[in-house]
Amino acid sequence: MKVEEVPQDSRFLDDTNLRDIYYALDADGNYCQVASVGWEPKNDALSLTWENILEDAEVLRKEVLAGEKSPLAYYMKIRLFDVGILASYSGIPKRSIKKHLRPEIFKQLDDDTLKKYADTLNITVEELKKV
Amino acid sequence: MTINFEHKPAAHCESGVTSNLLRFYGVNISEPMALGLGAGLFFSYMPFITLHGMPTVSFRPLPGQIFARVAKRLHFKIRTRHFLNEDKAMGALDKLLLRGTPVGVVVGVFYLPYFPKEYRFHFNAHNLCVIGKEEDIYTVSDPISLDINRLSYDELKRVRFAKGTFPPLGKMYWVKRAATSPPSLKAGIIRSVKLCCKQMLDIPVPYFGVKGIVLMAKKMRRWEKTLGRRKAALHLAQIIRMLEEIGTGGAGFRYMYAAFLQEAAAVLGKPECKDFAAQMVKIGDRWRDFAHEAARKFKKRGDDVCSYDQLADKLVAIANEEKRFFTSLRKLIRKI
Repeated sequence: MKVEEVPQDSRFLDDTNLRDIYYALDADGNYCQVASVGWEPKNDALSLTWENILEDAEVLRKEVLAGEKSPLAYYMKIRLFDVGILASYSGIPKRSIKKHLRPEIFKQLDDDTLKKYADTLNITVEELKKV
Repeated sequence: MTINFEHKPAAHCESGVTSNLLRFYGVNISEPMALGLGAGLFFSYMPFITLHGMPTVSFRPLPGQIFARVAKRLHFKIRTRHFLNEDKAMGALDKLLLRGTPVGVVVGVFYLPYFPKEYRFHFNAHNLCVIGKEEDIYTVSDPISLDINRLSYDELKRVRFAKGTFPPLGKMYWVKRAATSPPSLKAGIIRSVKLCCKQMLDIPVPYFGVKGIVLMAKKMRRWEKTLGRRKAALHLAQIIRMLEEIGTGGAGFRYMYAAFLQEAAAVLGKPECKDFAAQMVKIGDRWRDFAHEAARKFKKRGDDVCSYDQLADKLVAIANEEKRFFTSLRKLIRKI
């Protein structure tokens, strides 16, 4: 790849100081570092992954509003946690987490447990209570 | 206090940390050279380890291997530690920093505050180098970032003890004793290229190297039937992300390895190596072509999108090409 062929398709990295570095050939045939903000197929792959996550989350959101699931299920989806990872980060046993996915049990949770969940999911306790 | 450490951005986290760390100890090797000396070009397809519910695809050896191999080739003495206790892990880090030693750490990216939120997956094999501490704020040199970043005590502790697939367990590594007179690169390059050929060609199970690519192609042909449309597209996207996502230098390290071969040609005094570099770039282009077609497939752009069979054919072609490449590279290197 030549220096001028390095793709610059920005989508995700604009506001950050992260860049993809490519090793491309300059005019003299030597390799040099070129910073890139992204490449279309790669951005597409990442977008597709997120679109799917958000689609799944939307289904869960409707279930939460219909009173079939607790908001915890929704936030786990958009934060990419499964029960195992959530259990090891928060210290709450898997068995309890599975119970807390039921709305009637989630409603009775004390503030300590809610705070543990909120901290792990990087949201506030208020956010965690609604979707 | 901050250690006087030159931060240079790099394509890949581990080879970048390795190159930056060695420069601190007065050994100037570029990032591609670090990748080559660490035999950092690989392929593995591991359906038995899942990441986000999908088979793990990786274009690099296990985390930590690049640094360990480079250090070995250059006669550096290094140490690696894991921890069970989080505070002890931070204490050990502080002690080393006080002595003026830059420390490489393995972290998960999910809670890394300077990553864009779309990149924050539960991916636990990112490397960065801690180079200073003021009060409770650590200065870190992350090779894929253009500048130095800052992390608080709690943030650093959290990312060092990330959970999920391959938890890093606070892993840290540092140079215990630098080589007084580093050996010439020549012997190291020969050994590492041999190792690279070996890991691409000779591992006797079907998940690694060229065989891994063939296996993945074989499975891909049935994805639409076994997984359904939606999941098949997701699996394809996962491969593209592993191939290109931050930290490979494009085409799953193939371009960077070409840059290494070009450098190696000068060190070894073997101009033929340059031809190999050019061939490697062509293989990289094929991977990029695969990525391009795959993206059109899952975005359904245009009418003439490839079927999974055609994509798999492309992979098989790449596998054959890589097999031929490494076989003849090995022949060349054995003659030296």
